[in-house]
Amino acid sequence: MINRIIFGTLSVIALVTLSAFPLLAADHEITQQDRHFSQTEITIKVGDTISFKNDDEVTHNVFSTTPGMEFDLHRQAPGASSTIPFNKVGDAEVDCSIHPRMKLLVHVR
Amino acid sequence: MKTSTRALLLMLVLGLIGSVPGFLSSDRAKAAANTGPPSSNLTRAHLKQKYVRPASIPFPADNLYSKDRELLGKTLFFDPRLSQSGSIACASCHNPGFSWGDGLPRGIGTGMKQLGRRSPTILNAAWSDLLFWDGRADSLEMQALGPIASQREMNMPLDAMVKVLQGIPEYKALFASAYPGEPINEKTVARAIASFERTVVSGQAPFDRWISGDESAISEDAKRGFDLFNGKAGCVQCHSEWNFTDNGFHDVGFEDSDRGRGERLPLEGMQFAFKTPTLRNVDRRAPYMHEGNEQTLAEVIDFYDRGGDARRKSLSPEMVPLHLTAQEKTDLLAFLSTLTSVDKPVAFPSFPR
Repeated sequence: MINRIIFGTLSVIALVTLSAFPLLAADHEITQQDRHFSQTEITIKVGDTISFKNDDEVTHNVFSTTPGMEFDLHRQAPGASSTIPFNKVGDAEVDCSIHPRMKLLVHVR
Repeated sequence: MKTSTRALLLMLVLGLIGSVPGFLSSDRAKAAANTGPPSSNLTRAHLKQKYVRPASIPFPADNLYSKDRELLGKTLFFDPRLSQSGSIACASCHNPGFSWGDGLPRGIGTGMKQLGRRSPTILNAAWSDLLFWDGRADSLEMQALGPIASQREMNMPLDAMVKVLQGIPEYKALFASAYPGEPINEKTVARAIASFERTVVSGQAPFDRWISGDESAISEDAKRGFDLFNGKAGCVQCHSEWNFTDNGFHDVGFEDSDRGRGERLPLEGMQFAFKTPTLRNVDRRAPYMHEGNEQTLAEVIDFYDRGGDARRKSLSPEMVPLHLTAQEKTDLLAFLSTLTSVDKPVAFPSFPR
């Protein structure tokens, strides 16, 4: 009986802990303004997301060609925002294809 | 007036004042693009701050400026012995007499064969991030060797180029002064040419004098053109800041099969995209666009006025019909002519023997 209670309790704790993990994933916002990202480097945890918000007056096209971490947000009109998850540990180079001077290094740890 | 009413009015006034800086900063171009030309001198004064020239030329830490490097680079730039035929120099297509272009719709390469794109000016290339119409070189040092080695352009294998230069005795001293202790090789040739190219900067134009505060430097037509450039015409969305380029890549809707940047970066939005050229000395650099199809600036303005020609997925969202009036087109032309500087003639170097 005691074993059952202990097993049951542990199961509940495990379930709660496991289900809590997604809640630990954080979202980080990177804005684009005056043809620059709001920062040039960011360190995030694996599973976190980054929301790229175009706070500029021109269109942007945020993308990455880093192997295993590729994405293309296509054209983002001023005011638009898109969210990308980073599910792999490593460093992703994120650029704007329209404005190559815009560079962001994402360290996923 | 009741105290509460006065307080309300005061709050309204303060609220309005508080909103002005916000309008002047991030919402400036949005407002300009949506509502036409700036309506007040205050807005124009704010816009002018975006066009102040930089104080100095940027040189990379691993290839800093020296007079010897500039001299060597200039000599190499004008020397046709860098081509396989001994008859084509960098300056053949980037001719100072044509504001460092060639005045042709498309460049002429080895065997007098026409190339696929117009020869871009090298004016203000020091401020470029990516070089060539398709951005395939990420430094002037990398760019400099491309046309030399290209079989269609100067057609000179780089090892053969090094041998030719090593066999010209008077080049030894020039290289030794520019890059002491380093050999004559591809790297020093590229670094020298890049050093010279960085010194090719457009001079003070009437526009710059206006930006510096001389109200009489440009005409009222040109000032209206400046407002249009930053407002209704939307030119500034790509031709931004003092060098009139965002150093970016856009599909402006030209009907052709050249995919430009898309050949280097296979994203949907980069198909048919080409680098935004500077507008400095632009009225001296006809014909226009990456294939030289437009003969005059008036034709270029007509092209943008109709929002480009091709309708496709990659077309820049900024390309929309502008509905400019004849007077507005004339004002834009007047403005563009203020970007031209009267530069000193460039002295031809004496070549080492």
